[in-house]
Amino acid sequence: MAFLELNDVRKVFALQTAVDNFNLHVEQGEFISFLGPSGCGKTTTLRMIAGFEHPTTGQIRLGNNDVTARPPNQRNMGMVFQSYALFPHMSVADNIAFGLTIARTPARETKKRVGEMLALIKLEALADRYPYQISGGQQQRVALARAIVIRPQVLLLDEPLSALDAKIRDSLRVEIRAIQRQLGITTIYVTHDQEEAFSLSDRIVVMNAGRIEQVGTPFEIYNFPRTAFAASFVGTLNVFPATVVDAAAGRIMVDNIALTTEAITTAGVGQQINVALRPEMISLNESERHDGDNQLTCVVENITFRGSIVRVQVRLGNQSLLVDEFNRPDLNVPQTGHQIVLSFPRNACLVLG
Amino acid sequence: MLKKRASGSAWSWLWFALGAAYFIIPLYATVDFSLRAKRGELSLLAYANVLKDPRFGETFLFSAEMSLLTIVTGIILIVPTAYWIHIRLPKLRPVMEFITLLPFVVPAVVLVFGLIRIYSHPPFMLVSSPALLVAAYLVLALPYLYRSVDTGLRSIDIRSLTEAAQSLGATWPTIIIRVILPNLRASILSGAFVTFAIVMGEFTMASLLVWPAFGPYMDLLSSSKIYEPSALAVISFALTWGTTAAIQLLSRRIPGQAPMAGLK
Amino acid sequence: MPFLIFAFAFLILPTLNIIIGSFQDATGAFTLENISQLSQPIVLSAYLTSIELSLVTAVAGGLFGFLIAYAIVLGGLPRWLQSAVITFSGVASNFAGVPLAFAFISTLGRLGLVSVLLKSVFGIDIYQAGFSLYNFLGLSLTYIYFQIPLMILIITPALEGLRSEWREAAENLGATPLVYWQRVALPILLPNLLATMVLLFGNAFGAYATAYALTGGTINLVTILIGNQITGDVLNNPGLGNSLSLGMIVIMALSIGGYTLLGQRTSRWIK
Ligand SMILES: Nc1ncnc2c1ncn2[C@@H]1O[C@H](COP(=O)(O)OP(=O)(O)OP(=O)(O)O)[C@@H](O)[C@H]1O
Ligand SMILES: [Mg+2]
Repeated sequence: MAFLELNDVRKVFALQTAVDNFNLHVEQGEFISFLGPSGCGKTTTLRMIAGFEHPTTGQIRLGNNDVTARPPNQRNMGMVFQSYALFPHMSVADNIAFGLTIARTPARETKKRVGEMLALIKLEALADRYPYQISGGQQQRVALARAIVIRPQVLLLDEPLSALDAKIRDSLRVEIRAIQRQLGITTIYVTHDQEEAFSLSDRIVVMNAGRIEQVGTPFEIYNFPRTAFAASFVGTLNVFPATVVDAAAGRIMVDNIALTTEAITTAGVGQQINVALRPEMISLNESERHDGDNQLTCVVENITFRGSIVRVQVRLGNQSLLVDEFNRPDLNVPQTGHQIVLSFPRNACLVLG
Repeated sequence: MLKKRASGSAWSWLWFALGAAYFIIPLYATVDFSLRAKRGELSLLAYANVLKDPRFGETFLFSAEMSLLTIVTGIILIVPTAYWIHIRLPKLRPVMEFITLLPFVVPAVVLVFGLIRIYSHPPFMLVSSPALLVAAYLVLALPYLYRSVDTGLRSIDIRSLTEAAQSLGATWPTIIIRVILPNLRASILSGAFVTFAIVMGEFTMASLLVWPAFGPYMDLLSSSKIYEPSALAVISFALTWGTTAAIQLLSRRIPGQAPMAGLK
Repeated sequence: MPFLIFAFAFLILPTLNIIIGSFQDATGAFTLENISQLSQPIVLSAYLTSIELSLVTAVAGGLFGFLIAYAIVLGGLPRWLQSAVITFSGVASNFAGVPLAFAFISTLGRLGLVSVLLKSVFGIDIYQAGFSLYNFLGLSLTYIYFQIPLMILIITPALEGLRSEWREAAENLGATPLVYWQRVALPILLPNLLATMVLLFGNAFGAYATAYALTGGTINLVTILIGNQITGDVLNNPGLGNSLSLGMIVIMALSIGGYTLLGQRTSRWIK
């Protein structure tokens, strides 16, 4: 029995289905990210967990209780909003104390816990300021403190960093993760920034059009994406259609070129599949070539220097392929218009359903 | 939560209905009253009587004339000033804010009192001249007219327009007449309509300065007639509605035009 | 600049003239005589009535206006109704003076629709019961007609500025709707609410036309007294006129100043 469960959750608004067939089990203390493009239903799902939206059908369980119908003010979940949502007429300390005051926590206890929180977010000096007197990053730290001071069972964050600039975003990200580990709070974090999801999460839920595409650790999601969407949404990817020639041996045809992959279990002979290839798995270098690797002869179309890597765009029949090479001084940079030979190991080919 | 929403909106409907009743009943009663001039039947007799009365036309025309004069004077005085402050003298902004706030601080009765005290003896004998009435009206309309023009100026990039015109060799009068005015048309018109509505219904200034304007005429009629005043009220209300509708249409894209106090 | 000359001549000069005139006798010498004349019973009672009338209509109109604004903004009424009410308020807040007086005479006058209806249907003669449209109560009811729409116009943006995240954050932290109103929504709205009521106070305090048209100048208000000073009906004493006006200016300045200060407070919170 997991700590937080969403079973067959579905949410229909007047005009569309925002979330459908949503099943997720979250363990206590886990850090889960919802990752997906705009409008895919991340916020809606989070708001259903918080109780601000009611699932059209399905069930939400928390610590073995069905909380689907429980109003938000009885769920004991802390929420952090994208726009901070601090109460403008209260000082930083009063904002943090709000949840405790409502629960009629004794004044001494409240003061002590607010003090601890202020120390945790390193804002002791600003306790008496008002929200309009502190920066966005500081406001979001206060919002975080306000949400966790009530010792919530689940911490919910909806794109908490997207209104901040890059530097603060990075440092606050580290801080959020450190605090979450320290307190061991079960956390759900909504983002459309894959880097954020990868660096923070125990597990990532990749969503698209209201459905879960894949749930897995960052490692699994990146290296073994299970759908074309999951594969293309994280990192850069070359995807092309192919025909299965011999499923067991992993032989396929792409534009009349024979390639070999790992054994294919999801499709039979003659069927169309999609094959994905990460640019960094392709090599231009003869010395990196091994027996049994796939080899392709292509024409160089374009070369872009991107600091630590060099991205080469090549043409293969009707397709355009991206190849990333580490930028080393001894790199043999190909020239536009020239023919080159690429290679990649058979396990670099991801067969997508 | 859904249940709460439903009962919440029941309360909302109740308050709304109460408000609607409070606002609609007097209007309905006025219309109803104005149609009862003939015993036992509904008729437009009161309206016919009003329209027949030569003083109706005279006072209406007088007020319309005054409002036109006020609008023209107002535009001539305010547009170049507001423009100049935008371009050259932003430091004078607070002064303008203060001046446009003053008409709220000095109610119409008080202003008339002060004006009479000053302009009823030499060197400035103005009380018997319509100029003083127009000036007084302009003071009343000043906040609306100025704010309307000011928001209009804010919403266009006035500096670039001016510089572009200058670089093409335009002189100041040309810039104001050919470039600025056309761009401010909507806000000036909207300010003009407000002014029109204010002047047409105005009673305090006109009556205390003793002018045969529309407002005092309505009041005068009430002492001698029963049904005709209601007909006049309906006409006046329709006039206000018409101008407000015009303003709404115009100012849909010019925010910050909430009417303010001081005209009662 | 011609505009400044105009403003000086027709706005600042008269005001200054009143202020200075309040401290001058007929020969121009300094005196406090005019100010001390304000303590006459008739003047004092005029100020009292004016203040009472403004207070009552500001609070009553303000509360009612707030409830209506709340209903149309947050109460779940259809969207089109909100814009209809706002448009109507724009008209009604300017619907004052003589026509407004007629509207109420047609409604609650001796022959008014509602008075007649109450009498013929329910057998209640409100005039026999002591009601009159032409005294304090009637005037209050009439003033509220332009107070409510003004309240709606000014407070609606403030209500719209209440962000739904505040309510959600509060609920999330355990607040019931009542607690949310007590601790979050009302404290945020309060300065605005007070500011608008102060403005309504000034709005009623300076009103002349409606009161004159309705009562024919018989009710003892400061504006009516000043008007009578001008028309020379009663106690023609320019010194008193000056000090009466000065009193009005002071009270109006206080209310507009209060409105501005209170308004600044919330605009600082809500950037
Ligand atoms: N209250 C609502 N009424 C109707 N439709 C809604 C409502 N809330 C969300 N939707 C719709 O549901 C879908 C999912 O919205 P949601 O806000 O969950 O997306 P999201 O993944 O959080 O996107 P973003 O990254 O832009 O925040 C969207 O198509 C949205 O238009
Ligand atoms: Mg979202």
